[in-house]
Amino acid sequence: MLELKNISKTFNPGTVNEKTALSGLSLTLADGDFATIVGSNGAGKSTLFNAIAGDFYVDEGSITLGGEDLTYLPAYRRSRNIGRLFQDPMRGTAPHMTIEENLALAYLRTTKHQKAFFSRVSKKDKAFFRDQLSRLDMGLEDRMRQPVGLLSGGQRQALTLLMATMVPPKLLLLDEHTAALDPGTAEKVLKLTREIVAQEHITCLMITHNMKNALELGNRTLMMNAGNIVLDIQGEEREGLTVEDLLHRFKAGAGKDLDNDRILLSED
Amino acid sequence: MLTIVQTALEAGFLYAPIALALFLSFSILNIADMTTDGAFVLGGAVSAVCCLAGHPILAIPAGMLAAAAAGFITAFLQTKLGVPSILAGIVTNIGLYSINLMVMGSGNKSLFQAQSIYTLAKDAGIGGSWYKLVVTAVLVLVVCAALVLFLGTRLGLSIRATGDNADMVRASSINPTFTITVGLCVANAMTGLSGAMVAQYNTFADVNSGTGMVVLALAALVIGETLIGKGSMVRRVLGVLAGSIIYRFIYAAALRANVPADYMKLVSAVIVGIAISAPAIRNWAAFQAKKSKALAARKGEK
Repeated sequence: MLELKNISKTFNPGTVNEKTALSGLSLTLADGDFATIVGSNGAGKSTLFNAIAGDFYVDEGSITLGGEDLTYLPAYRRSRNIGRLFQDPMRGTAPHMTIEENLALAYLRTTKHQKAFFSRVSKKDKAFFRDQLSRLDMGLEDRMRQPVGLLSGGQRQALTLLMATMVPPKLLLLDEHTAALDPGTAEKVLKLTREIVAQEHITCLMITHNMKNALELGNRTLMMNAGNIVLDIQGEEREGLTVEDLLHRFKAGAGKDLDNDRILLSED
Repeated sequence: MLTIVQTALEAGFLYAPIALALFLSFSILNIADMTTDGAFVLGGAVSAVCCLAGHPILAIPAGMLAAAAAGFITAFLQTKLGVPSILAGIVTNIGLYSINLMVMGSGNKSLFQAQSIYTLAKDAGIGGSWYKLVVTAVLVLVVCAALVLFLGTRLGLSIRATGDNADMVRASSINPTFTITVGLCVANAMTGLSGAMVAQYNTFADVNSGTGMVVLALAALVIGETLIGKGSMVRRVLGVLAGSIIYRFIYAAALRANVPADYMKLVSAVIVGIAISAPAIRNWAAFQAKKSKALAARKGEK
């Protein structure tokens, strides 16, 4: 589904601030793969997502999604097929627009509406939104005409998740999307993520600093260091792996301890 | 007295499209569009030239189209060429001064002898002695309705999201360059409509008539948003229209109280200044009250 071939990116080349963020990274995700990504501070996890989503163009290499070459497509074109959630729940929704209007925007971006600038949301669509909102089990279906700015961070993040997946994307990028939420809400959003991704069979990449989540969720665990993937664990190898094993494997792969000041190691 | 009410209502409707234009560019897209003054004159100039050529009805869409083109230049400068948005508007505005002179061929044009939409309505007997108000109000109400409908479409929602959350927009397959361009074209078309109507209403177009227009319209917008408040799109758009009319009544009242017409720009500037800074002043006052109360209580403890 997703194929990254040898992608590299250097920021501020030729200056004292030169920083190689991605160095010859390659990754292939099969259709329906759900891979978690862990790594040190500054390992290039978010940079990898920015490269895939098109926030910048890579210096070298190519990015293909579902057979389509994305390497030189602008971000807004890629987002037709890529859903994305950020750590900050405020980034995914428009606060002064109502829940219904936010959902309408997400819904109308589908291919059949892509060129129809003047298409509007019908009664049937609204019923569909209501139905989708009730899946979140947060009572949002009764608040559809309220501005999103009134919702809590967790509610906004759940809504963003719904917006990103209501029309299933070819690829879903989750950048620590539960890290800014309180533990209870984070759990709920994570559960929703798991359900939606499984139901819609969405190919998904998720950055996390929770080692337990990294092993439990999805079918693959990737570890990044210095702009590259140093460890790719899947299948039988991944089953029964503990957080401790993972840290050992990281040290073996990267040649140093996993160094992330926000990492959660606890098993509970 | 009735004439004053009539004149204030007429002016309120005549200038309302500029307030609606700022509603779109300033309140919704979050861009201070300085093209307004020049676009207003351009709409008037094109309208005047069309009237003199014998096409008073065509003059209205022509004026709007010309002003929309000015909006396109501003949008192009800021989205594609990286000019900061305020500067982009100022640059276009300065350029428009010469364009407006070119369009009119001189500093001003009298339409005294020419047919206008108002003389056409008068000859057709529409609206009796209120014909000017009827014609203007119908045009403006159509624009209000069209604006409300437009803002509910996919494109309209995209424009609203662009001003509300730029991060979200990029992640929602909306091209901000496109939405900003469409938004500024539509906004300036409305400003052009106002210019086109005013020129025919006054039977006169003047190259300097746009000076400070952006501030006057901002005053109307701020009055509307403060008094009518937020809510549904219909309510907000009608609020802006009401703001424009209320502003013209304040204007008429000030003139009646013998404030010289030249001072009205100062009055407008003060209204805008106070209205926009109101939340900051309110916060400051609340904090000072809280502080002095807490300090007084601390003294009492000693």
